[in-house]
Amino acid sequence: MDKIRALIVDDSSVMRKIVERSLRQAGIELEKVVEASNGAEALAALQSNVVDLILCDINMPVMDGLEFVRQVATVDSAKGVPIVMITTEGSESHVVEALTAGARGYIRKPFTPDQVKEHVLPVLGRKV
Amino acid sequence: MSTDTSFATRSHEENWLPVLVLAVEEVFEIMLGCRVKPAGESEHKAHGEFTAMVGLAGALCGVLTVSCDGETARQVAKRMLGDTADSEDQVADALGEICNMVAGNFKNKLAGTDERCLLSVPTVISGGQYSFRSLAEGNSMEAVLLFEGSPVAVRLQLQT
Repeated sequence: MDKIRALIVDDSSVMRKIVERSLRQAGIELEKVVEASNGAEALAALQSNVVDLILCDINMPVMDGLEFVRQVATVDSAKGVPIVMITTEGSESHVVEALTAGARGYIRKPFTPDQVKEHVLPVLGRKV
Repeated sequence: MSTDTSFATRSHEENWLPVLVLAVEEVFEIMLGCRVKPAGESEHKAHGEFTAMVGLAGALCGVLTVSCDGETARQVAKRMLGDTADSEDQVADALGEICNMVAGNFKNKLAGTDERCLLSVPTVISGGQYSFRSLAEGNSMEAVLLFEGSPVAVRLQLQT
């Protein structure tokens, strides 16, 4: 399988490392990992990095994940890049809001590597 | 957002402590790969050298805190990150995320609450010489659980 470039957006550096580890445990080979600690940093990172997958928290300072997802649509190089939310906000309304904004998947924290695999592989067009 | 009085009443009428304990147990089992168990009375001393807190607003209004001693906090971080967890920033970050996930998991377990309750980003205090006082003085509950033999105190204070 091809290696991918991933953007991981979370205000916790610990959680960014855990998400990266979970991707590797899911059998996803990573060519490059770009990290951002909020939506604004992530938008800036997309100006100079092309990625194949975005994993994003919701509750973050400066710019939250939902606003980031809405704004990604305006970044030419990121159009069509699948976004999977990984968040403690597990309510139906948050899920609907994220999917309406353009996210393709939704994982609730706490999560297992298997859940990452189950939600991420399909958006990359791969079989679970 | 104002406090929903029906949820404030429910917090008094229903026993939410087992829900809080379950939320903690799940987070430790899934994210750290280890089981925690409620501490006995004689093991109830959790020294708050590290205290992580997450605010709740909306249907539930208050604060959830997770406290433990420094060695326990470092062990939590190592369980999450492996041996690369060596700085105090990473230890605080790890404990803050545990607190965040416990708060989210707890509210997601209360029917009808998760839709109308928002969480703050976590804050972590390190150093034992402080006193903690929440203005959300009303209904409070505390669970002390043993993580690898060391107490971790989880406290929820709700405004009623």
